[in-house]
Amino acid sequence: MDRLLPLILLPVTLIALGPVARLLVEGVGFGDGFTTNHVSTVLARPSTGTALRNSLVTAGVGTVLSILIGGAFAYLVAFTNVRAKGALVFCLMVPMMIPPQITALAWMQMAGPSSTLLKIVGLAPPLGSPQPLHSAGGIILLLGIQHASLVFLTLRAGLRMIPAELIEAARMSGAGPARVWMQTVLPLSLPALVAGGALAFVTALGNFGIPAMLGIPAGYLTMPTLIYQRLVSMGPSVLPEVAVLAMVIGGVAIAGVLLARLALRQRGFGLVGLSGSTLALGLGRARAGVEAGLWAFIFVILALPLLALLATSLIPAYGVPLTFGTATLEAWHEVLVSQPVTRRAYGNSLMLAGGAAGILLLICLPLAWVLKRRPSRITHLLDTLVDLPYALPGVVLAIACILTFLNLPFTDRTLYGTVWIILLAYLARFLVVMLRPVQAGIAQLDPAMEEAAASVGAPLGRRLRDIVLPLAAPSAAAGAILVFLTAVNELTVSALLWSSGTQTLGVVIYNLEDSGETVMASALALSIVMAVVALMVLVQIGARRFPKGVIPWQS
Amino acid sequence: MAELIFSDLSREFDGIPALKQINAQISSGEFVALLGPSGCGKTTLLRLTAGFDQPSSGTVQLGGRIVAGDGHFVPAEARGIGVVFQSYALWPHKTVFANVAYPLEVRHLARATVAARVTEALELTGLSTLRDRMPAQLSGGQRQRVALARCLVFDPAAVLLDEPLANLDLALRASMHEAFVMFHQRTAATMLYVTHDQSEALALADRVAVMKAGVIHQFATPEMLYREPVNCFVAGFVGDGAVVPVQQTGPRSDAGISVRVLGQDLICTRATDAPTHASIRPEAITLSGEAPLRGRVTACTYLGGRFRIILDAAGETLVAFSTQRAVFGENVGITLGRVWAFRDQDGQPS
Repeated sequence: MDRLLPLILLPVTLIALGPVARLLVEGVGFGDGFTTNHVSTVLARPSTGTALRNSLVTAGVGTVLSILIGGAFAYLVAFTNVRAKGALVFCLMVPMMIPPQITALAWMQMAGPSSTLLKIVGLAPPLGSPQPLHSAGGIILLLGIQHASLVFLTLRAGLRMIPAELIEAARMSGAGPARVWMQTVLPLSLPALVAGGALAFVTALGNFGIPAMLGIPAGYLTMPTLIYQRLVSMGPSVLPEVAVLAMVIGGVAIAGVLLARLALRQRGFGLVGLSGSTLALGLGRARAGVEAGLWAFIFVILALPLLALLATSLIPAYGVPLTFGTATLEAWHEVLVSQPVTRRAYGNSLMLAGGAAGILLLICLPLAWVLKRRPSRITHLLDTLVDLPYALPGVVLAIACILTFLNLPFTDRTLYGTVWIILLAYLARFLVVMLRPVQAGIAQLDPAMEEAAASVGAPLGRRLRDIVLPLAAPSAAAGAILVFLTAVNELTVSALLWSSGTQTLGVVIYNLEDSGETVMASALALSIVMAVVALMVLVQIGARRFPKGVIPWQS
Repeated sequence: MAELIFSDLSREFDGIPALKQINAQISSGEFVALLGPSGCGKTTLLRLTAGFDQPSSGTVQLGGRIVAGDGHFVPAEARGIGVVFQSYALWPHKTVFANVAYPLEVRHLARATVAARVTEALELTGLSTLRDRMPAQLSGGQRQRVALARCLVFDPAAVLLDEPLANLDLALRASMHEAFVMFHQRTAATMLYVTHDQSEALALADRVAVMKAGVIHQFATPEMLYREPVNCFVAGFVGDGAVVPVQQTGPRSDAGISVRVLGQDLICTRATDAPTHASIRPEAITLSGEAPLRGRVTACTYLGGRFRIILDAAGETLVAFSTQRAVFGENVGITLGRVWAFRDQDGQPS
């Protein structure tokens, strides 16, 4: 058993890293001998430069916005006495778990001449005026909101490391709250802030749903949407070219990830003292105002777009104003019951998400155990590299998977166009989403638990089954739910991998909106949001049973 | 019940030696304590014995069979050695009964046999009423008893205890001492008890191995360690008292050896020729008014029934017991009784 277990590293490496490795060799002309032809043609094309610049601008400015929002929330929640912190944090986390194309759809229903919500209050701009969100500014705004929670989570984890004594010592020395924040809190939390910003940047860079919904109608292309458009319009013949594009955006993303790791590693202040104790700087009379501001902000970024989505989903046809007379559940009935496409998409997405979660559950328990208890140079390397398929933009992984599975090695069969290629891509992409919680769970197991079982005569197989499995089960369950939540809404990977009959929910929402069926898209989107929030609430209720660090919106 | 033999046992971690050529023999049924400051290698020795770790060189023999080293390695689950962990390592998802039953379940015993033996083990450790509790609902002392019962139940050949009392308060320690002694009498198992607390080691063990920096300095009965330490480290680490330098002044005879200590000529008991240091225990000092060796009182603490007095005499610090309180700065006469001299060339008292 002890000799067999490390063998699990082999399939994991193949699934997680095979496609990425395959992509790397494609760029230099694998099969046709070494060539830099593709690289030079693609890089010389003006559209490449424009898209790259658009990507950097939207992701960069969006990140600044994320840092402002996430930072403000993190500092206020961590260091002041605002009330209902748990509810605030939960609400800030919801946008992160709502898929970006739904966010974009919802915001579009909140602005522009056709907004059902604006029509109700009589504020809709005149017909024919442009949708203000179909612009670089719209993309930036939504990217900033979508990824604010990433900055918030990283920063809050960093703030928890700061011992309360340091703050108290600064106050004892006579510093007021503003000085404490400027001269003590900010410098000490800067590494976490930088790391969170880098994370938000990388995620924004790879975001497909928002620039696809907002940018493509305006002819404003970022790298992921450029890759999507070329592949969709030209077919697999342009694979070598889009592979180069994928590598360019992948390279920028990896640089961002490395920056984040560097920032976190250099936090070396050697903070001494009791950390984790909650500190509550009194806001005094300003508290009510601050709280009102925070909740108003949550209302604008969360409740308003969803209300707009709800309003649109209740009208009989796009453009019709919502009144008590016109309100109908027709669209809901259509997407949930009548339409075979949406029903099949529900089936596909549930199957794919459930299958990915189940398979990853089986893989990750033994994998996490081997990584923790049988460390070697190989396991350390793998532990670092499994982040790659998740950190890389989804289109990059999708291209890599097409390249790898277009012609199955040693056969003339292809997985392209089947549901299996999506499943394999999900396994690669979400491995780390499952692995990290399980690792956190196993890391918190006292090795003496297993040693005690060994000393009373239990061989490795029984120790894994009787001791490790039951104790790591809560974190594994949390990981499986996370994988399910992320995969069931996924658009970026499946946008490039779907074909007729294998549409996922993300693809169907995008296609409905693309073909003008906004009302049905809204109904479908809202049904998904409700399912996501229900699952999140379920996890939240069980939060006390999970070890620390397992649930992303708690730390 | 098995004899335990370490031969030239060494263990290095990344090139840094944690154990250096340990040679020791522990008889079947003996209760041995490994005593030393933290980082001395005592826990490493215990983990090598249990089979949680492999030696860099040398062998471990259990009951006449090599279980580690020399090309052999018997994994922990096949050694039949019970371990009581400092953290108790009770499985939090199993009840007290299930924790204690697990060693028997692993051995595929019939359910009735398991129930009978677990019930007996729980009775012996005084846990009968707690059998359906979860470990989280138990106090520290109760958890310790469950850990003991879990060892007791499968009749291990040897039992290793890793600082088992470190997490308990003083009152509980005394009652756990009794539990350990009961356990030892009951199982007649060879016991290896790791501790950094000398009073625990001296109170419980048949023999004590005093370790420092990966080496066993002395392996002897508690009274031997106290009376005749082999070097400055053992003399200082075990028991109370002072270690002072001596010069040999005359030949040795059956009565002992003539030395000069603190400016006094004395006959010492000794193990070797040319002693360099002497161990002066508090019992060897009598305070009186007239003695020629004078000391100044620097501290006096009441221990209940007697006073512990620290004296500054001829540039050395001595410890004495007295039934009467001494005043700080008071000048007293010191008479030395039985003093043990030994040779330790580079020794500094610890």
